Amino acid sequence: MSYVSKSPWIIHYDGSSCNGCDIEVLAALTPLYDVERFGIINTGNPKHADIFLITGGINERNISVVQEIYNQMIEPKVVIACGVCACTAGIFKDCYNIIGGVDQAIPVDVYAPGCAIRPEAIIDAVVEGLGILEEKAKKLEAEKKGA
Amino acid sequence: MGKAQVIPFGPQHPVLPEPIHLDLVVQDETVVDVLPQIGFIHRGLEKLVETHDIHQYIYVAERICGICAFGHSMGYAETVERLMNVEVPKRAEYLRVIMHELSRIHSHLLWMGLAADAFGYESLFMHTWRLRERVLDIFEAVAGGRVILSYTLLGGVTNDVDEPMLAHIKDVLAGMKKEYNELCNAFLKDTSVKNRTVGVGTLSQEEAIEYGIVGPFARASNVNNDVRCIGQGAYGELSSFEPILDTDGDCYARVKVRALEVLQAIDIINELIDKIPGGPILNPVKGAPEAGSEASGILEQPRGEVYYYCSGNGTKNLERMRIRTPTSQNIAGMTMALKGCDLADVNMIVLSIDPCISCTER
Repeated sequence: MSYVSKSPWIIHYDGSSCNGCDIEVLAALTPLYDVERFGIINTGNPKHADIFLITGGINERNISVVQEIYNQMIEPKVVIACGVCACTAGIFKDCYNIIGGVDQAIPVDVYAPGCAIRPEAIIDAVVEGLGILEEKAKKLEAEKKGA
Repeated sequence: MGKAQVIPFGPQHPVLPEPIHLDLVVQDETVVDVLPQIGFIHRGLEKLVETHDIHQYIYVAERICGICAFGHSMGYAETVERLMNVEVPKRAEYLRVIMHELSRIHSHLLWMGLAADAFGYESLFMHTWRLRERVLDIFEAVAGGRVILSYTLLGGVTNDVDEPMLAHIKDVLAGMKKEYNELCNAFLKDTSVKNRTVGVGTLSQEEAIEYGIVGPFARASNVNNDVRCIGQGAYGELSSFEPILDTDGDCYARVKVRALEVLQAIDIINELIDKIPGGPILNPVKGAPEAGSEASGILEQPRGEVYYYCSGNGTKNLERMRIRTPTSQNIAGMTMALKGCDLADVNMIVLSIDPCISCTER
């Protein structure tokens, strides 16, 4: 991808992760990795966000919260599963309260494994997600014209 | 007085990366009651001892919380070592405490950054997190990971830290100390910080004792419950140890206690690096804990005292593993501190206890 047509805003939610991936998501925003220089901002409002970064697996209590945040986001949107727990539930797979990875609750576009995921991997996943976001936007546009 | 109404706070809230839900009962912008709801991150880690043996469980214990990851693996290992009467080599004890104090620095800097973000001081947040990366670089050089280290083994640690690396750690800390003092100036003397923290969310000493709160939250209300004073492991070899206390019990006191604890941790690491003995770093643990044996241990983590209990049943798996973490104690104190505060101060007070929800719910 040679250019980015917009600076995506991200929303972050901690599913049932151990915090390790969450602090790496924040570390990706702070000076060492500094994705804010590309205009990528961590927002608290799902309606402002283009990319949903979710860490940790899904359990009975938070499945409705995750679905709620996803439904509040406006199309086009991309979901990135950060860390191995978000991909497959990882080391917590055998726990009695874990349903599984994030794909058990909402459709996931990019899987970014790692325990804890490194900020470089998060940036890589976001760049991949941007390509998908672009495609989805084009598709939406085409549908509008067709209708 | 206006009609009381309920405002939900969380579970997804920009001020905290972790989910906790509070129902704030508000009357004319003043919080009159708080009902916390937890359970969004509950996984059921304590039950995993049935499927993971004592050596494998270290890696599970580490993932109870990613911020105090090293502390949990160390506390678990110390308790199982006590259960099986294993002697840990002196050098390994020193290395563990050095790594634990480094993770205290990283945890407190992380918290100070989030606190700066909570009272709207964005550039201070960025500077604090920039400084924190230096500690993570040390972790990466020593253990290979940035947050999850997998450095502890039952009976010792995985790899030795050689003399040049120890000297390098001292150099990095000396460089950090200079920049950290400048940051401290902003945290402790800046009027815009003081406006948001002084006199906010006050908790008296009596209330702190009554609610059994632990860690820097309690020490800011002048309750000395720092279990490092007991002198377990290499803490016993320190020439002197004075816990940092404050009498005010407000948000400013909590910022101050944590800010000074970072400097204290730097001094502890420097002293231990000077004193570190040579010798082996691992006394391999073989066999299984006896049936009916029990052990418990405590450890002062960045957020306060953590209590570990485990019992054996004659197999490689533990019979029972129980952990009591600091935030589960402190949530009661937090609801006390929130009562009567302004709605706009809720962010700051919730953050000032340094909540770690992953630890609490496991």
